[in-house]
Amino acid sequence: MPQVFHRSFNTLSRVSVFGSLLFLGLAAWAASVYVRSSYATNRDIARDQPIPFSHEHHVTGLGIDCRYCHDSAEKSRYAGMPATKTCMNCHQQIWTGSPVLAPLRASYQNDVPIPWVRVHRLADFAYFDHSAHVNKGVGCVTCHGPVDRMPLTWQHGTLLMSWCLDCHRQPQMFLRPREQVFNMEWQPPPDQEQQGRQLVEEYGVRQLIHCSTCHR
Amino acid sequence: MATEVHREVHEQRESARPPLIGPGHNFATVTDKISALALSRPTSRRWWLGFGFSFALVMLLLLAISHLLVRGVGIWGINVPVAWGFAIVNFVWWIGIGHAGTLISAILLLLHQQWRTSINRFAEAMTLFAVACAGLFPLLHMGRPWYGYWLVPYPNTMQLWPQFRSPLVWDVFAVTTYLLVSLMFWYVGLVPDMATLRDRSTHRMGRIVYGVLAMGWRGSARHWQRYEAAYTLLAGLAAPLVVSVHTVVSFDFAVAILPGWHSTVFPPYFVAGAIFSGFAMVLTLVIPIRALYGLHDFITARHLQNMGKILLATGLMVAYGYLMEAFAAVYSGNPYERYVQVNRMIGPYALMYWALIACNIVTPQLLWFRAVRASPVALFGVAMVVNVGMWLERYVIVVVSLHRDYLPSSWGMYSGTIWDWATFLGTIGLFLSLVFLFIRFMPVISIFEMRTLLPEAKVKEELP
Repeated sequence: MPQVFHRSFNTLSRVSVFGSLLFLGLAAWAASVYVRSSYATNRDIARDQPIPFSHEHHVTGLGIDCRYCHDSAEKSRYAGMPATKTCMNCHQQIWTGSPVLAPLRASYQNDVPIPWVRVHRLADFAYFDHSAHVNKGVGCVTCHGPVDRMPLTWQHGTLLMSWCLDCHRQPQMFLRPREQVFNMEWQPPPDQEQQGRQLVEEYGVRQLIHCSTCHR
Repeated sequence: MATEVHREVHEQRESARPPLIGPGHNFATVTDKISALALSRPTSRRWWLGFGFSFALVMLLLLAISHLLVRGVGIWGINVPVAWGFAIVNFVWWIGIGHAGTLISAILLLLHQQWRTSINRFAEAMTLFAVACAGLFPLLHMGRPWYGYWLVPYPNTMQLWPQFRSPLVWDVFAVTTYLLVSLMFWYVGLVPDMATLRDRSTHRMGRIVYGVLAMGWRGSARHWQRYEAAYTLLAGLAAPLVVSVHTVVSFDFAVAILPGWHSTVFPPYFVAGAIFSGFAMVLTLVIPIRALYGLHDFITARHLQNMGKILLATGLMVAYGYLMEAFAAVYSGNPYERYVQVNRMIGPYALMYWALIACNIVTPQLLWFRAVRASPVALFGVAMVVNVGMWLERYVIVVVSLHRDYLPSSWGMYSGTIWDWATFLGTIGLFLSLVFLFIRFMPVISIFEMRTLLPEAKVKEELP
């Protein structure tokens, strides 16, 4: 009876045994890299918008405060998007003929909101209150990054649960005085941990890391 | 000197017993007979009939699972207060059945019980299939099985670990370990026989498949020496698992503070119950297979007798467990514990309780009679009754404690829906289908270990 297997099968079988272990390890590693990648989280990816709105121009260039447009940031669960009329306060006067702003004028004339594309899409199963964070001393920059230097807007954080927990587990490392919340240039002092603890005490910040804090 | 005397006594005793292998066999006939089961062609009509029926039940299982995934666990009878219904009952039942394999292969091997040889391969395979069926239930009970990997601790983007204080997590480790060790044990034991089938197969495909599975086994002295070492090591590894797995399963109940569950007798009594149900299932399967394939020479009356005795012994342990449960309830003076016991006996599920007593305590007493142990038909009957009884036991434990807890306003009743039954029957079909495939393609009895039982194999040892 002839041999069914060639000699090379000795090597092949050894390679396949160890190779499959290696492959499983690599697959697990690849999966863990994937879920953290910007491809999966949308981090650092500028979204196409109906109008290529530049925060850099409006904030750094013109010095407009965050709350001029996002007027419910301190009061509501949602930071709020500006109504078309808010834009028109200025754009009735300036850049009135700009083709880039055509969707804005159409929106104003037809009384139909501009379909902005949401940049920070938090999962529906996570409860989130914007005003609670702002009022406890979480700066805009802490979560949204240097928005004043974004020509187009992108998501700064990963929005992964671990990203939320990084701060929820040790709020003292991230909090700032309330009056500095909207300051885009604020830098944490060298004794942030100590000052942070004071703020935690003063604002009554709790370490909210129960499941039901966010998953209600 | 002492060992020689010991051996002599042992051999005398051994020769007084009926042999473990029928008369007139030699190396060649043993190998022929067992390997022919896997290599013969064409496949018998009876096999197709049995496999077809089991496979139809697998289709029912697929239907039930698909419906479950579309509609959610609401299609089952579970709700508050009985949130653990058929899924947990069936899980514990199957896991229990999966205990005979390791007991027979590992513990009886370490104890040098030679009669294990003709049933160990089969019992190990049965163990694997039963554990596979068992594993389905917790996964399906989650409602979203695709998140099942959350049970495993791994560095994740949620910065979460499983709740290590929960016995449900211990279960994951216990059952996974059990499955892996049983699988390795079974496979390592199969390797020399795979080589036999490779060498005897007349079909090219058979030679390739069995050849790959044999992993280049040539039967050299070095191979055998390594094989023995590996097999004994795995047996040592598997032996504690016989006790640990069902102990951990019993913690699912015992760690909870529910009356009727919170009891220290649970671990030993669950382990005894597991071995009890495992042996019942081995008998249920072995007796028909022995008759259909004419394996009377290998699975002798003595094998069946011994299994009957183990069934009786573990049945008595289980009976002791029931007795202690009732005693502890009375002796504790705790009104809630006492109520659960009374509720079991005369409550709405009393019929199931008394049926379980009849199945698990009364019926096995028949095994005291030699005539019953010697009759395959009677043994098969007892084993079937025990199978049912052990399922009822888990049903009573799960449902009766849950349906009436501390708060009478939340009391309720539970019964399985048609989908509960479809899933349960489906796993029985899955189990039987795997058994049928195993019988068709694998050596049901360990060929090389059977050969060591032959008188021919003893010659060398007796040379000076």
